[in-house]
Amino acid sequence: MPSVCLYFQVHQPCRLRSYSVFDAGNVHDYEDSGENGRILDRVAEKCYLPANALLLNLIRIHGGKFQVAFSLSGVVLDQFEKRRPDVLESFQRLSETGCVEFLNETDAHSLAFLFSPGEFREQVVLHRERIRRLFGQNGRTFRNSELIYSNDLAKEVEKMGYEVILAEGTEKILGKQSPNQIYSPAGCGNLKLLLRNYRLSDDVAFRFSDRGWAGYPLTAAKFAGWLHRIRRETAVINLFMDYETFGEHQWPETGIFGFLEALPGEVLRRDDFRFRTPAGVAAAQEPAGRIECPDLTSWADAERDTTAWLGNEMQQDAARTLYNLEASVRGQEDEELLRKWRMLQTSDHFYYMCTKWFSDGDVHRYFNPYESPYEAYINYMNIIDDLSKSARMGIGESP
Amino acid sequence: MHILMFGWEFPPWMSGGLGTACFGITKALTGQGHRITFVLPSLGEGERPAFLDLVTAAGTSDPAAAGDNPSLPPKRHPLTLHPVRSPLSPYLDEVRYCLVRGQAPQEAAECYGRDLIAEVARYGLAGGAMARDLSFDVIHAHDWMAIPAALHARRISGKPVVLHVHSLEHDRSGDNVNAEIDRIEREGLDQADRIIAVSHRTRRMIEERYGISPERISVVYNAVSQEEAKRMYQAERRGKTRGQKMVLFLGRITFQKGPDYFIEAAARVLEVLPEVRFVMAGTGDMVERMIARVAELGMNDRFHFTGFLQGEEIERIFSLSDLYVMPSVSEPFGISPLEAMLYDVPVIISRQSGVAEILNHALKVDFWDIRQIAGKIIAVLKHPALAGEMARGAREELRKIRWENAAGKIAEVYQSAVAARSRCPRAKMAEVVPEEF
Repeated sequence: MPSVCLYFQVHQPCRLRSYSVFDAGNVHDYEDSGENGRILDRVAEKCYLPANALLLNLIRIHGGKFQVAFSLSGVVLDQFEKRRPDVLESFQRLSETGCVEFLNETDAHSLAFLFSPGEFREQVVLHRERIRRLFGQNGRTFRNSELIYSNDLAKEVEKMGYEVILAEGTEKILGKQSPNQIYSPAGCGNLKLLLRNYRLSDDVAFRFSDRGWAGYPLTAAKFAGWLHRIRRETAVINLFMDYETFGEHQWPETGIFGFLEALPGEVLRRDDFRFRTPAGVAAAQEPAGRIECPDLTSWADAERDTTAWLGNEMQQDAARTLYNLEASVRGQEDEELLRKWRMLQTSDHFYYMCTKWFSDGDVHRYFNPYESPYEAYINYMNIIDDLSKSARMGIGESP
Repeated sequence: MHILMFGWEFPPWMSGGLGTACFGITKALTGQGHRITFVLPSLGEGERPAFLDLVTAAGTSDPAAAGDNPSLPPKRHPLTLHPVRSPLSPYLDEVRYCLVRGQAPQEAAECYGRDLIAEVARYGLAGGAMARDLSFDVIHAHDWMAIPAALHARRISGKPVVLHVHSLEHDRSGDNVNAEIDRIEREGLDQADRIIAVSHRTRRMIEERYGISPERISVVYNAVSQEEAKRMYQAERRGKTRGQKMVLFLGRITFQKGPDYFIEAAARVLEVLPEVRFVMAGTGDMVERMIARVAELGMNDRFHFTGFLQGEEIERIFSLSDLYVMPSVSEPFGISPLEAMLYDVPVIISRQSGVAEILNHALKVDFWDIRQIAGKIIAVLKHPALAGEMARGAREELRKIRWENAAGKIAEVYQSAVAARSRCPRAKMAEVVPEEF
């Protein structure tokens, strides 16, 4: 019975205020709460609330045959709890249907695995407890920030008790094998690996409204037809994408909601097809092969590596400086200071410093609140300057 | 195409952007097969062979054509120079003109105009008269001092005038516009067949302040030539001393260039990084005020005024710098950030400069925002990772900005000017009958 596995990433970074070097030592509030609030409200109205309502309805219509998974970063959960509890409640209603899995990730949506194993584990545990508290689910599936993955990560995650891990279905690790089946990570025992089918996922997430694309216009029937061509009994088609695809990246005018609404019906037209969550699919099937991944992969850019966050000198300098503060931050035993240090670990801060495509001005720029990667780095380092002063002097308390 | 160009002396003799631009444009145009007769004011003191060397090196690869071997038959040179005796130089003002004139030998001084405007008019008649004995297709003039000469040449020849605007009196003097210069500029802009602006910002100013129809104006960005880049690269690494960081301001010390903002920002920087050295290179009417202000702020030991620099000295100062700052109040283009970038020096430029339109790998500031300027200076000096990335990005960027591109666009402007003239020669010829001849 072929399975379709839908997982949506929900994340909003905590954007930083414009912070001058002359603020360091004086201003200890780093967040641009006005901008963060505005964006959260906008995305809540355009995406989270209408899409959640739509999914809730679809689950009611199709019963257990339609299931989805979400990963909500701790950073966005913070913002929901503080500012939009109504959005959080709408996710909780989805959880109550029993057809929605909530995945675990690093609480700060961080790159901690690459810099501090201890911090990584702590953040995963934090997030696991939070998901348990908010949705009553014990995390069975782990996905790392930006789908960053390697053999070592898989081993660590298995040790922490997870059954499934997600990664990008790139040829770099697949070779000629298909992404549409379950794998076993090299060096692991029972942990199962699901790989994103990036072609089909990006048909929806990136190309849906692209008039120059041969697949345009993409209807649910057409897309379901593509899925139906994958007929193997044990096939698992992993469609992983940002939840903001619906209504924010692809505007409502593109017909993206109509597409989502019609998709389950069109897929289930073939009655051997089912929607399953990552944990559901992994429990039902055995791995078809083993995946070797010594180097880091991710779901970003054509390179599918970590260069979008750590590709240049500034990004590496910023990350190193931040993680070098770990001992002194912890030494202060100050919850607020620790919280700020974690907030600064969110991968987006490093993404803003990416110079890879800066000259051409492209997708990186669209998501970037700064005029240039240089401005992003300067602002970030000014804040780190203040944080390190606080960490050394023990004045981490909010003013 | 054969061009009669009214331009200015080339580097290394002139430090200003105008000489650099004339050099780059001339070299690229001749490289693309155009012939140029280059008319320029010169004191003709015979002590500047380097200038001629530069020109011949730029104009041809054949030493015979440069006249080294008189036994060979002369070839048609792509570049011919016609110096006209005159003490004019770009950015000269009334006060400095009187000084220069006063220093000239008496018989020469008597020929020169009484004041700057009179001399520009005299040079215009003398320079423009070149048109009588030459054949050419188009007249190209650089900035206001060349306007009378270009218009005079048109009266004689009936050929179209392309006016290249590198800066306007309003940029140079803010609200203290010299009415005479403004009048000459207006006349040039009104009369020119085509206008080349060095940025969209300049084009907008020509449109808004002078009421010129935008169809006559083309934007052509300046660039740093590849040859020049190579020459400068060689000098680059010569004994760059690390340790104390050095921040450079290089340009005329006048209202337009914002030297006062540089000094105020320096004071803020020193609060955080007390070891930094600041260098202000150039001359201008604000020098004394700037020196006084530095003293007032107690920064004498951190601040150096070099005076006017040229040639090698400029290469040296760029090589020694860790950061170049151009806080211009009003800058039509601003070529020196591109030169700084050739030395891997990161640059901070004001958003009020035309060059900000094309540079990605520079930090941009509002010239009046001293705190922001200081903050960015500190960031570049404090974080080698930032300086390194900026230099790397700038290297890529420079590769795309070439005089060759500029020359191609300029040639298109020539074509359209010539075509427009030939469509209605009769109407235009009417003005060729000059009342004064």
